[in-house]
Amino acid sequence: MAKIELQGLVKEYAKTRAVHGINLTIEDGEFVVFVGPSGCGKSTTLRMIAGLEDISGGNLLIGDEVVNQREPKQRNIAMVFQNYAIYPHMTVGQNIGFGLYTSKLPKAEKQRLIEEAAKVLGLEKLLDRRPAALSGGQRQRVAIGRAMVREPAAFLFDEPLSNLDAQLRAQMRLEIKRLHHRLGTTIVYVTHDQIEAMTMADKIVVMRDGHILQVGTPTDLYEHPVDIFTARFIGSPSMNLVSGTLSAGGLAIEGTKWDGGKLDFPDAPIKIGVRPHDLIVGTEGPGLTLSGEVVAVEPLGSETLVHLAVGGETVIATAPGRVVPKVGSTLAARAEPGSLYLFDAATERALGRA
Amino acid sequence: MTAMPSTELPANRRDIRPGPIIAWTVLLIGGLIMVTPLLFMFSTSLKTAGQVYDLRLIPAAPTFDNYLKVLGDGRFMQWFFNSTFIALTVTVSNVFFDSLVGYTLAKFEFRGRYFIFLAILSTLMIPTEMLVIPWYLMSSQLGWLDTYWGIMFPGMMTAFGTFLMKQFFETVPNDFLEAARVDGLNEFTIWWKIAMPMVVPAISALAIFTFLGNWTAFFWPLIVTTSKELYTLPVGLSSFAVEQSIKWEMIMTGAALATIPTLLVFLVLQRFIVRGVMLAGLKG
Repeated sequence: MAKIELQGLVKEYAKTRAVHGINLTIEDGEFVVFVGPSGCGKSTTLRMIAGLEDISGGNLLIGDEVVNQREPKQRNIAMVFQNYAIYPHMTVGQNIGFGLYTSKLPKAEKQRLIEEAAKVLGLEKLLDRRPAALSGGQRQRVAIGRAMVREPAAFLFDEPLSNLDAQLRAQMRLEIKRLHHRLGTTIVYVTHDQIEAMTMADKIVVMRDGHILQVGTPTDLYEHPVDIFTARFIGSPSMNLVSGTLSAGGLAIEGTKWDGGKLDFPDAPIKIGVRPHDLIVGTEGPGLTLSGEVVAVEPLGSETLVHLAVGGETVIATAPGRVVPKVGSTLAARAEPGSLYLFDAATERALGRA
Repeated sequence: MTAMPSTELPANRRDIRPGPIIAWTVLLIGGLIMVTPLLFMFSTSLKTAGQVYDLRLIPAAPTFDNYLKVLGDGRFMQWFFNSTFIALTVTVSNVFFDSLVGYTLAKFEFRGRYFIFLAILSTLMIPTEMLVIPWYLMSSQLGWLDTYWGIMFPGMMTAFGTFLMKQFFETVPNDFLEAARVDGLNEFTIWWKIAMPMVVPAISALAIFTFLGNWTAFFWPLIVTTSKELYTLPVGLSSFAVEQSIKWEMIMTGAALATIPTLLVFLVLQRFIVRGVMLAGLKG
């Protein structure tokens, strides 16, 4: 097990800079998820940690040692790939055992480790099968088994669940999390799926255009996003944003009513963020009330997401219970004081909550 | 319970589509054109010298005497061995070196990679007949005339094979190779243990082409050898034709025997060409 430190890590391809000198400390045993849209540099960063990409600048430390120049095998890390990358010409047992290919352990000991990993992952009965005869979830487990068997200092996961269907993904999320609890090994996990990030991480690193925007626990990021990008990226469905103005301690927004008391912010044009789950249809009281025509509904069973047209923008509100509002009707939805996120319209940085 | 009305048309009322009929007819004609000489080869090999010009496909009195004579002739067995040894050696060499170079060109970034690939490809544009003279001069100066090496060296590695393997290696996802790199394998072992098993169809195709090409090679072995002990089968069989009167039945018997290894190679390797193993390890 080991602590991983990124000190001003830079990656350049010819004249393009993909990662702009990022700093991060991943504590021993921590589950860190890098999240961000395609091309944000998260996979490149992971590959630099793995040793599959050269580091153009800065230092990478694993267990307090600079490993910039070390080959992947010398870093004692294991990686699970998006496409599983389990070898089709080998059986499940051989695939798992391949992680020990260069190990000098006796054969019997290797076999014991393979069987142990297979047992943890529920693959004992499949050891003689070829990958072609496995389901997607089983293949992914084999890939994890190959990584596990080496008892590495850290696991690196590169979007490992993106090829699985939704149900299997939820199951594997849980299994990986359980595995982390059991092994206690440092995990660095890359995904573009914020649900994976929220449900699995001890610490989330939000990246965009090669920069780290924010680092924090899932709750931190949900409650205190530093900017509009993070605010909209974390949480599902995405946070609603409406344009407005702060003036004389009040909020002025087209098609809405603010009834939540005086706000202690300087006057400025702003963006007001409100999460769909905080914007409830059919309640009355103080706070922000938005009303508009229902343009679409998404019944989810226990609640319904209602898309409302408010002042030229569409916002998503939640209708609790099993009553599904009619498309075309007019509804009002309210957000409690304290549930709003205010952002500077020009810089998109967070101003605070209201 | 009432019977459901059937939606199927009776067999005799099915539409007769012209496409498959034309395709089958063309294939049948093409097949006949290709098979007829082979059938005559086998037919002639079963005839006596007096019956050779009797063009019946099924001989009046078929005999295996020619086979016994050819197999009993020590020269034939020697040529058969020469051809087998040369074709096998060149095939193994091609599979090894073409794959190694193809893999390097497909999977490693280095300065001049594109230029080297173009240089290799450009050699495909030079006809063999133009290369024979420099090959001969080189062999003569290096003492390779009348040696196995002299026969084999021009084909030990080919531009076509390198090109074929490079194209196939490009389809191997890098994830496989990187996974092996993280697992601590060196580059040679990654190529041998991971990449090669994933291009078995290409290796089989290359092996078949190379084996057949060398098994039937005539021009260069004829030029580079003067000693009859080093003749390959095609060169040896042609010498049957010129040394005395032309013995067609013997030539056809030799040719019939010579087709057996090629058929065997094809039968053994063709299933690997059909079997696409590579994608099984990737997402389902």
